[in-house]
Amino acid sequence: MMIGGVHDEKGRQMRQMRHSRHTSTGRWARALLAGAMGLTLATTVLTTSAGAASTPGVTSTSITIGATVPLTGPAAPGYDEIAPSMNAVFDWVNAHGGVFGRKINYDYLDDGYNPANTATLTRKLVLQDNIFADVGSLGTPTQAAVQSFLNSQKVPQLFIESGCDCWSNPKFPESFGWQPPYTVEGKILGAYIKAHFAGEKVGYLTQGDEFGQDFIKGLDMEIPSASVVSRQTYDASTLAGPLSNQVAALKAAGAQVVAMATIPAATALAMLPAAAIGFTPQYVISNVGADSPTVGPLLSSFTSKGGGSAAEAAATAGLLNGVITDAYFAPESNVSNPWVQVEKKLMAKYAPSTYAKYGLDGNVQYGVALAYTFVQALQAAGKNLTRAGLVSAIEKSGKKFVTPGLVPLSYSGSVHFGFQGAEVIKLSTSAPPAVTPTGSWMGSTPVSPVEVTNVGSGPVRTYTGKPSAPPQKLVSTS
Amino acid sequence: MSGAGNLADADLLPGTPPDAAGADRSWLRHLRLPEQPLARHLILALGGGGILYLVTSSLSPYNDFLVGEIALYLIALAGLSLLTGVNGQISLGHGAFMAVGAYTIALLMTHTQLNFILELLASVGAAAVLGVVIGVPATRLKGPYLAGMTLLLALALPPIADKWSSTFGGDQGLTTTVPTAPGNINPEEWLTWIELLGALITLVLLANFLRSRFGRMLRAVRDDEIAASLAGIHVARTKVTAFVISAACAGLAGAFLGLSTGVVSTGEFPLPLSIQLLAAMVIGGTGSLMGMWWGAVLLVYLPQWSTSISSHLNLGSDVSAYLATIIFGAVLIVAMIAAPSGIQGGLRLAWGRAVRLWSGLTRKQIQPTRTG
Repeated sequence: MMIGGVHDEKGRQMRQMRHSRHTSTGRWARALLAGAMGLTLATTVLTTSAGAASTPGVTSTSITIGATVPLTGPAAPGYDEIAPSMNAVFDWVNAHGGVFGRKINYDYLDDGYNPANTATLTRKLVLQDNIFADVGSLGTPTQAAVQSFLNSQKVPQLFIESGCDCWSNPKFPESFGWQPPYTVEGKILGAYIKAHFAGEKVGYLTQGDEFGQDFIKGLDMEIPSASVVSRQTYDASTLAGPLSNQVAALKAAGAQVVAMATIPAATALAMLPAAAIGFTPQYVISNVGADSPTVGPLLSSFTSKGGGSAAEAAATAGLLNGVITDAYFAPESNVSNPWVQVEKKLMAKYAPSTYAKYGLDGNVQYGVALAYTFVQALQAAGKNLTRAGLVSAIEKSGKKFVTPGLVPLSYSGSVHFGFQGAEVIKLSTSAPPAVTPTGSWMGSTPVSPVEVTNVGSGPVRTYTGKPSAPPQKLVSTS
Repeated sequence: MSGAGNLADADLLPGTPPDAAGADRSWLRHLRLPEQPLARHLILALGGGGILYLVTSSLSPYNDFLVGEIALYLIALAGLSLLTGVNGQISLGHGAFMAVGAYTIALLMTHTQLNFILELLASVGAAAVLGVVIGVPATRLKGPYLAGMTLLLALALPPIADKWSSTFGGDQGLTTTVPTAPGNINPEEWLTWIELLGALITLVLLANFLRSRFGRMLRAVRDDEIAASLAGIHVARTKVTAFVISAACAGLAGAFLGLSTGVVSTGEFPLPLSIQLLAAMVIGGTGSLMGMWWGAVLLVYLPQWSTSISSHLNLGSDVSAYLATIIFGAVLIVAMIAAPSGIQGGLRLAWGRAVRLWSGLTRKQIQPTRTG
């Protein structure tokens, strides 16, 4: 119907132009018209050459999905490992015949963590490349920018790589989160502080954005406000030097426990000045800021940049000893875990260059687990693959998906959050170390049972189910 | 001829061929556009608008979206071209003016039910106010010092939005909504038309400015401030006005960027944006308005081309991620060597040569028939 309207309009314009032939601008009008006709013809030929399938991005032999992730820019280090790790899973699937005979093409583009780029690239993926679904795109502001567009186009926005509370929203039925929301992490760690450090003075050090605010929301639901003695924040975009002022304020307030929602660099920039002024609280840090293979090297490199000797730099990694954090799947150092074993084999075979560079760090594990979740969503959606069918399959059977996660996914018709649970762990020199190509880093041991909760007022309770084991097919063929 | 002095003539009327035969002169005169600037610019804008309407209605929604992006960058570049090319003041902080425009429209959309046109005008106004704030001290600074000050603006403004995150939405940003399209017009196409209309209005206004007394004052101040002030031109006032107009353009561009992105957050206005704007302006042709089309097309399409190049050549992600920046730099270098006055300047030169060649040829052909 649109096309008809356009042609009518064009005809009208043409008649108008013909009438104006004898006016003073006649030649200009004709030149413009000729140019326009030429361009119109050229673009019509170009645009009609692409055929339309019944479900965009799906043929009998292939499924094309896309994502926007930071491969360059400030957010790239670490996060640029996730998409190649996801691709390892898809390559494994494709090497074994695909899902219902369809091979997965994963088209991930670099948005540099800039929402304006995300908006353009996501439209390219959807309107030009005809992707079936947007899977594993990263970032809160970037994905918030395209949430409304993807939903209006009925394109599933699956497993957004962000812990924002905003992905489970009835207004956006196509959007699904995946990792535990920061509020859930805050609640679980807050409950641990309340139970194990009762009566002690607690200080907060958080990033001054959603990440920090959601985490604080969770902490405040559990920790009595009377015991919180100081609330410090830092600005991620201007994070350049040590967070000395914040640390000094926490020390002055007499904080015995410091709860932090920090990115890895900020964790290091807080711990180093604290150690320098003899401030040694019990650190409780959200998952993202306490990955020892990431934070350990940062502590050392900041120390040597600050003029410390090689021995001092090496010693600073020891500051992580005793740090409490949370995990939602078994860490790399847990070498006996069957998922860890499978993930190592899979990465070594299907993404050898990424594996040689980073080993099986937290980001690689994250990508593998997320991609495997998507593969199961495809299996659950069945042979007649449609976008609506995929979304309803996740809502219906998402809880039963087999993942490396310690708790099941919590998808349902009304909940679009993925994992809503974790176990509290303690970094320790006595635990088996995490060995990656960059060195040997502090391992961890669980200090609590696996716990589940939700972003609302639900209690933090022990999860009694067992973690799922990797399926035989994955074990035998990866 | 002072580079941009004949801007409107050279740009908008690409060399009417010299009269070849006297007999045809009366006929030819009818083909000339009116000399009166406003009428002439309006006719060209209407003609251009007609072409763009036909083009956008036949393009795919994705290409429409890209045309809209071209339009919004064109607005910012045209303002920058006026400031730097015509008035001789450099700005490395135009991303910050865009941010002000974007945040203004997003805040208005979040908290008020204002008319869409008024919201756009408020964005322009807010950026213009910042233009005054920056423009006044800028009159005392020149060259690298002015570049340094505007650079600081581009660096310092986004963290303000992070600092007061409850007002400015912090990391997650503020959402914007494009007014619903009438009928069943595709939303991408609708936004593109709004942006194109904004761009054409901006171009007409700026083209008129440049052909007016004010435009001549801008050039006089650029060429020699002392001579200009001896001629009775208030130098400081002229420079501040140039800054305000330029900032207002960037404000409108920023509002459109906020609309087409769907979210306004600090990550949209990084330092590279300001620097790319400056580079695109230089490539397009400093001081020219029509040349900004080239700059805007490059800004929008270069990342697209580099993605398809790298996928054709199967380049690794560590190369392909930087390919657009590399090509952009290479184009800048080539443009500076081959056409120091930008693409538009190069084309103008080539057109002039072609016309001279053509008129030379026809004269030779005509002469024998006359004598014979």
